[in-house]
Amino acid sequence: MPNGILVFAEHRGGAFNKTSFEAVAAAQQLGASLGQPVSAVVLGTDAALASQVATYKLDKVVSVENPKLSDYTPDGYADAMERAVRALDPQFVIMPHTYLVRDYAPKLAARFGKDLISDCVRASVADGAVTFSRRIFQGKIDADVVANGEPPVFATFQSGAYRADQAERGGEAAAVESLPVEVGEVRMQPEEPFQEVKQAVDLTKADTIIAIGRGIKGQEHIALAQQLADLLGGEIAASRPICDAGWLPIDRQIGSSGQTVTPKLYIALGISGAIQHLVGMKNSSTIVAVNKDPEAPIFDIADYGIVGDLFEVIPVLTEEIKKLKG
Amino acid sequence: MKIIVLMKQVANKDAILRINKSETWIEEGDLSHEVNESDGYALEEALRLKEKHGGGEVVVCSLGPQRVKSVIKDALARGADRAIHVVSDDTAQLGPYAAAKVLSEAIKDEQADLVLTGLQSDDNGYAQTGVILAELLGLPHATIVIEVDASGEGLRVKRELESGWYQWYAMTRPALLTIQSGISQIRYATLKGIMAAKKKEIKELAPDAEALGAAAHQRITKVYFPQKTKQTQFLGDGDAKAGAAQLAEKLRTEARIF
Ligand SMILES: Cc1cc2nc3c(=O)[nH]c(=O)nc-3n(C[C@H](O)[C@H](O)[C@H](O)COP(=O)(O)OP(=O)(O)OC[C@H]3O[C@@H](n4cnc5c(N)ncnc54)[C@H](O)[C@@H]3O)c2cc1C
Repeated sequence: MPNGILVFAEHRGGAFNKTSFEAVAAAQQLGASLGQPVSAVVLGTDAALASQVATYKLDKVVSVENPKLSDYTPDGYADAMERAVRALDPQFVIMPHTYLVRDYAPKLAARFGKDLISDCVRASVADGAVTFSRRIFQGKIDADVVANGEPPVFATFQSGAYRADQAERGGEAAAVESLPVEVGEVRMQPEEPFQEVKQAVDLTKADTIIAIGRGIKGQEHIALAQQLADLLGGEIAASRPICDAGWLPIDRQIGSSGQTVTPKLYIALGISGAIQHLVGMKNSSTIVAVNKDPEAPIFDIADYGIVGDLFEVIPVLTEEIKKLKG
Repeated sequence: MKIIVLMKQVANKDAILRINKSETWIEEGDLSHEVNESDGYALEEALRLKEKHGGGEVVVCSLGPQRVKSVIKDALARGADRAIHVVSDDTAQLGPYAAAKVLSEAIKDEQADLVLTGLQSDDNGYAQTGVILAELLGLPHATIVIEVDASGEGLRVKRELESGWYQWYAMTRPALLTIQSGISQIRYATLKGIMAAKKKEIKELAPDAEALGAAAHQRITKVYFPQKTKQTQFLGDGDAKAGAAQLAEKLRTEARIF
């Protein structure tokens, strides 16, 4: 009988990802509601890393080991995790929805003839049944989802859905178990990760950021936002599509693939508020959103919102600030 | 080099979404549609690879109702050589495993050197169909790809990692890559391209019945607008200019920005 919850703790080169502990928190809460034990699984070449996870309140930490797991590859990880999941026979496999998990976990699930319930923002339990909630249409709509068929159920949780500091520590360290596994042919070789040449602007130091999104419509309109930024002594930044189009350099992109900023003031102009953007700016002190769509997800994290056309808002805002500054 | 590009049609980004009566999906009737953003970049990358490496073929494959023909025709006008349309009216609730299974049946005999997809769809956002398809086709894969070097015998691909980090992977060919938006600038269809597209083949296929009919592994029970968690002060009450003036005042007095 499949039993228990297995949580995948992700690390890169020995450093655990914060979202891994968010996943631990998610798994612990699910475990508590279902009355099921929670174990963690760590992939690597030896058990050294697993002890870092064993400080959490867990049934055990399984160190899945093979020399081919020294660097991440989707082939290596899918093979190793498949064997771990078959050996441990859990009811749920919980993972953080990181770029690494997105890369290998669908392959893992496919080995079991199924897909992942991916990028969940919540899970709730009623009468022993779990309902997962996912955010679809780029954050505009929520969908409640239930799993069908045989266990295991594979689910990934969005960054920020649970708080890493809510992951419970254990009284004493959890037992660490070594599980050597076979890994088949690995068809890709990773090179060293790198960052592009030093960024020209460091947006993390800016007190005020005026960020533009696809709502700005054309490169020629960026000057409008730039004037506002100049007036407030701030920097201009953007959502991904603006940088994809080459209207602003990539070092001004805010979000999961770009910079993470926490300015005193963040004004989002014509940005819808997809999660990949929000993770880069949601901890700003004061957030202003201007969007013509009243349902735009960006409003959910805004302190001040204006539902309307940014081309009407920016000139008036600029003028009024000038006046008030005197 | 033979490259297959999978392209999905999704609701228009600016579409106003409404929930259907049974609260199980959105109201589809009056929606306008467009190509999934990253799939457009996948097509562009395929066309560039073909041009750069002395020819071959770019085949577009799309799964969906007749309306997806507009995505297919647009791809042919931009330069794809031919298309496969797997015709199915009801794909909204199709999970990524089932979608990948249907697509794998449709393209497995093509023996492509490369299969490209976008990295996720803008509607369901599963971010899985490409990877599962790779597994079903027995191909190695890489996701969130932002540069492709196919000059050698194998491939070198640059993958995006989080927070501005990148990593190159060397891999064997054939392979499947899921392409990230922004990999290059997308070309427009020319008039000549639009004319030429009219003569290009669009093969219609019925979806593999077994793959389509298999029990879904996940089922949507309810859709709804997300609950707001933050108390946003809305300014202007629909009057953008009034809102802007109020905002200036608030930024000074409440947020004390200046
Ligand atoms: C792996 C991955 C990584 C990603 N990384 C990032 C990242 O680092 N950063 C990032 O930003 N995105 C990232 N994205 C993309 C992200 O999912 C969204 O697609 C993107 O943020 C949308 O940008 P947007 O809000 O500008 O555009 P849209 O979603 O198209 O929104 C445009 C908004 O403008 C509004 N609007 C239009 N006209 C006007 C007007 N005249 N006045 C007022 N409002 C108007 C519309 O109502 C709409 O809400 C990533 C995606 C993936 C899958």
